[in-house]
Amino acid sequence: MHIMEGFLPAGHALAWSAVSAPLVVVGAMRLRKILRDRPEARLTLAAAGAFAFVLSALKLPSVTGSCSHPTGTGLGAMAVGPAATSVIGTIVLLFQALLLAHGGLTTLGANVFSMAIAGPWIAFGVWKLAGKLGAPMGLAIFLGATLGDLGTYVVTSFQLALAFPDAVSGFGGAFAKFATIFAITQIPLAIAEGLLTVVVMNALAGRQIKTEIRA
Amino acid sequence: MSARLNWMLIGLAVLIAAAPMILNIPGEYGGADDRAKSAIEETGYQPWFDSIWEPPSGEIASMLFALQAALGAGVVGYVVGRLHGRRERQQ
Repeated sequence: MHIMEGFLPAGHALAWSAVSAPLVVVGAMRLRKILRDRPEARLTLAAAGAFAFVLSALKLPSVTGSCSHPTGTGLGAMAVGPAATSVIGTIVLLFQALLLAHGGLTTLGANVFSMAIAGPWIAFGVWKLAGKLGAPMGLAIFLGATLGDLGTYVVTSFQLALAFPDAVSGFGGAFAKFATIFAITQIPLAIAEGLLTVVVMNALAGRQIKTEIRA
Repeated sequence: MSARLNWMLIGLAVLIAAAPMILNIPGEYGGADDRAKSAIEETGYQPWFDSIWEPPSGEIASMLFALQAALGAGVVGYVVGRLHGRRERQQ
């Protein structure tokens, strides 16, 4: 889902940065409040950040014959809330842009929006909704993490289709093209991320998974 | 959640990652990010900004990726271990 450095027209790059920046600032404020009110959440926060570091570094093969990586941000969304997770995701993306030439500074705003904002909020929303509908906790976590991961790649496809509409088929054709590259490849990887997120949530929470996490 | 279920979930995740090789699905197995990059270049678009620093070789890039994963895994393990110990003390 990393849009490479310079691969968004300047206007789009700027617009996505303008959308993402205030949301990350709100996330940072939320993060400060969490650490002030519940200092014991520091450990969970460290684990959520570390999990995103691990998963976004793993480029896995998919049945489509290309490789992609999970995002690891669903766990944070469910363990410390989606707003705070946007800060974690931004740090991961910045690390990759600066040290790995993976993603970039000009495309950071767009990448932050897909991986650190849209993904965590989708994960959080699906998790809460599944819980309300009576799904067992493990299933709710699985669905949240899987759809959050997949959602990130759908958003990336949307961003690229918006910037590079097809000459003939317009936005729709371009979206189909990018979604084929990203979203289809991502389906098995998103499922794997969902499974691993359940395991790590179990390990973090023991027998009592906290449900009082708020956005 | 039992430990056995956890191991089954991990096993299933590994199986999903290994499936393309087990099923011997043909393909180049390049990165999806790079495929998107090529798709954009086909439209005639010229990137207007280059990465300010790039790992000098594939080896160094994979070292940095491994380092990223290792640091993360280390912290996850530390936290899980600490929380586990804390719960045992409380019991």
